Amino acid sequence: MSLLALDALSVRIGARPILSEVALSLAPGEILGLVGESGSGKSMTALAVMGLLPEGARVTGSVRLDGREVLGLPEAALNRMRGAEAGMIFQEPMTALNPLMSIGDQVAEVLRIHGRMSRAEALEVARERLDRVGLTAPRFPLSLYPHELSGGQRQRVAIALAIALRPKLLIADEPTTALDVTTQAEVLRLIAGLARDEGMGLMLITHDLAVVAGMADRVAVMQGGRIVEAGPTEALFRAPKAPYTRDLLRAATHRPAPPSQGEYLNQEKDQPAFSWQKYSKSDGSALLTVETATRIYRLPRPSPLAPHPELRAVDGVSFTLDAGESLGLVGESGCGKSTLTRAILGLDPLQGGAIRLGDHLVSPEMPRAARADVQVVFQDPYGSFNPRQRVERLVAEPFHLTGRPTDWRARVAEALREVGLDPADGRRFIHEFSGGQRQRLAIARALIIRPKLIVLDEAVSALDVRVRAQVLDLLAELQARHGLAYLFISHDLSVVRAVTSRCLIMQAGRIVEEGPTEALFTAPHHEYTRHLLAATPRIPAGWMTEEESLS
Amino acid sequence: MRPALILGAVLSLTALAAALVSLVWTPWDPTAMTISARLQGPSAAHWAGTDHFGRDILSMLMAGARTSLAVALVAVGIGVGLGVPLGLTAAAHRGSWLDELIMRGNDLIFAFPALVIAILITATFGPSATNAILAIGIFNIPVFARVARAGALSLWTLDFIRAARVAGKGRARISAEHILPNIANLLIVQGTIQFSLGILAEAGLSYVGLGAQPPTASWGRMLAEAQTMVTLAPHVALFPGLAIVFTVLGLNLLGDGLRDALDPRLRGRVT
Repeated sequence: MSLLALDALSVRIGARPILSEVALSLAPGEILGLVGESGSGKSMTALAVMGLLPEGARVTGSVRLDGREVLGLPEAALNRMRGAEAGMIFQEPMTALNPLMSIGDQVAEVLRIHGRMSRAEALEVARERLDRVGLTAPRFPLSLYPHELSGGQRQRVAIALAIALRPKLLIADEPTTALDVTTQAEVLRLIAGLARDEGMGLMLITHDLAVVAGMADRVAVMQGGRIVEAGPTEALFRAPKAPYTRDLLRAATHRPAPPSQGEYLNQEKDQPAFSWQKYSKSDGSALLTVETATRIYRLPRPSPLAPHPELRAVDGVSFTLDAGESLGLVGESGCGKSTLTRAILGLDPLQGGAIRLGDHLVSPEMPRAARADVQVVFQDPYGSFNPRQRVERLVAEPFHLTGRPTDWRARVAEALREVGLDPADGRRFIHEFSGGQRQRLAIARALIIRPKLIVLDEAVSALDVRVRAQVLDLLAELQARHGLAYLFISHDLSVVRAVTSRCLIMQAGRIVEEGPTEALFTAPHHEYTRHLLAATPRIPAGWMTEEESLS
Repeated sequence: MRPALILGAVLSLTALAAALVSLVWTPWDPTAMTISARLQGPSAAHWAGTDHFGRDILSMLMAGARTSLAVALVAVGIGVGLGVPLGLTAAAHRGSWLDELIMRGNDLIFAFPALVIAILITATFGPSATNAILAIGIFNIPVFARVARAGALSLWTLDFIRAARVAGKGRARISAEHILPNIANLLIVQGTIQFSLGILAEAGLSYVGLGAQPPTASWGRMLAEAQTMVTLAPHVALFPGLAIVFTVLGLNLLGDGLRDALDPRLRGRVT
């Protein structure tokens, strides 16, 4: 008998259909991967199971948990069910815990509400559950507060909360999307292990196909509120039936195609395998030189008379970036890559070393004209634009560095065309554009003054896989056309591997390994690089056809 | 759709209309005394009755609205004009000595009781509507500085500000071009609230004799003059009191309504 059975589940909010005829089943001890892009309805499906749909949602169909119909249950019965029979883990560990309660009390609270235990008993069980998720005493006493824990540790507390009452069903909604790769690997292993050991059914919601490939028994793919395909994981990956699934798989392992025109392609026609080097035209002249760059932050004094402790966020980093080259910079959060990026953009000063861009020294005081050689695309498509200005004014902003030419409107129109948008879009406001379109606008803005270097700061990390693939193609095409150099900063190794020719690995403020991307990925030398690579979720080789993984 | 916003707008606009109309027309001359007609109740000739000098109360209320609104408006103007640039500067230089200087200076002004400062100013320069404006305006500066700084700080962390810095724009230019338009909502709402507080403050100062001087009409002074005969002719105190209550209520409702209407997170929610 299935633990969870959804049948013809439809949800509408107002006139808008959110879910249409969703049917799913989950057996005890089974791991189901629910995959889809943003807005596909995967989170709504989870919320429907938990009875947590937003107000005003109209639900039809059936959700049976352990044989009992959940839809239409009164709130009191739902409260008894939530936590006890079905637990849920959310994406954002930073906001999932109450900052004013110790972790022991938070786990104990769940037990006391449902179990009618005394506080002492509940704390005892909380200790046991926290041990179970790897937060063992004495390193992690119950009296710790969330702010004393890292993101991964907080997510472990959230997991302990979800499994506190040993629910039969565990729903994990993008549980590792906000975490670094190495932490992600640990947390995924923990969740999967718990589900297997305790015989829980696990519904793992993610946009990342590689995550479900390594974990799930079965996969269901959602698009536009419908399940377009479902089946055993390996079979679905090897022989996807729905065109949408094929699209997703292709996009997940996408590498930008070589440009249809350009000199570099013709020169190296005889080389068999495609590689980014072909059209990442490095002519050997250093464009960006970073010499023992050091950035030190002073931390608060531990006591009034003690000296300020120092954090060496960037610690003697040296590298060069050639004109026309694609260089990757990979590291986990807190490794100093953002600090280094700000220094390269001339926003923050250095405490030691120097950064040179062409003939100019990079610093916050550098003259405007010198800044025009470097532009940037940021991660967040929603925070990257002033919502009160029209697109043409937003895209034209870098002209501040060079002086605004009289034909600036024509240049904006051309830049918009180059990134695949309509020149008429210049009159619109930013909220009228999707995330992918906004990243294209950000690229247009970076491109408009023809810089030599564009810093791509996690520029595709927030995008869905298919949109990401399109934006990567666009970047490749623009690089070939304009001979741009890219500094590609990311925590996502698979993206860096797809688009860079050389790569730096950064850990704790230092570059620990540097080399050609392919060599670095196939034969890493440094232990940390090996660690990162091992932690990266991957679709097993052989599950996908050559045509799909390379196209 | 938003009854509070509409009611607030109607009440505020009524006060504004009364003030504007009084510039060109009032039913009677608000300063003309007719002792024979003193302390009359509401009638067809005098809709709100007359006071102890036989002046028409409705005409005085209309002229008083002019004083109240003008004082509050200029006081808000002083607060916005000085407070917002200070707050923006503090946010642009977050954590620096300049930020500390500006914000601690604001704390200093906050630390003084407004009435004491008003007494100080009027004791030094003599009581007048101008000095009331100054006293109220000074206390608006730290309010707007804090609102502007808080709003600006959260914006300074966004990527579009970083993009503007990469485009070579300085802090002042970014503050004017990118920050100010995005905190305008906050400032408009705070402005409405400070406006209503300004009306209350003007009434309070005039009540204790530190605001507008005779013969300039003022709601606060009308209340002060009426209080000795409130049992004899309650309407003399009632009408200026109602004028203050409804105007302040209207501006507060308008401020709340604007905040909800301008906040995208609350937009579309029916109240």
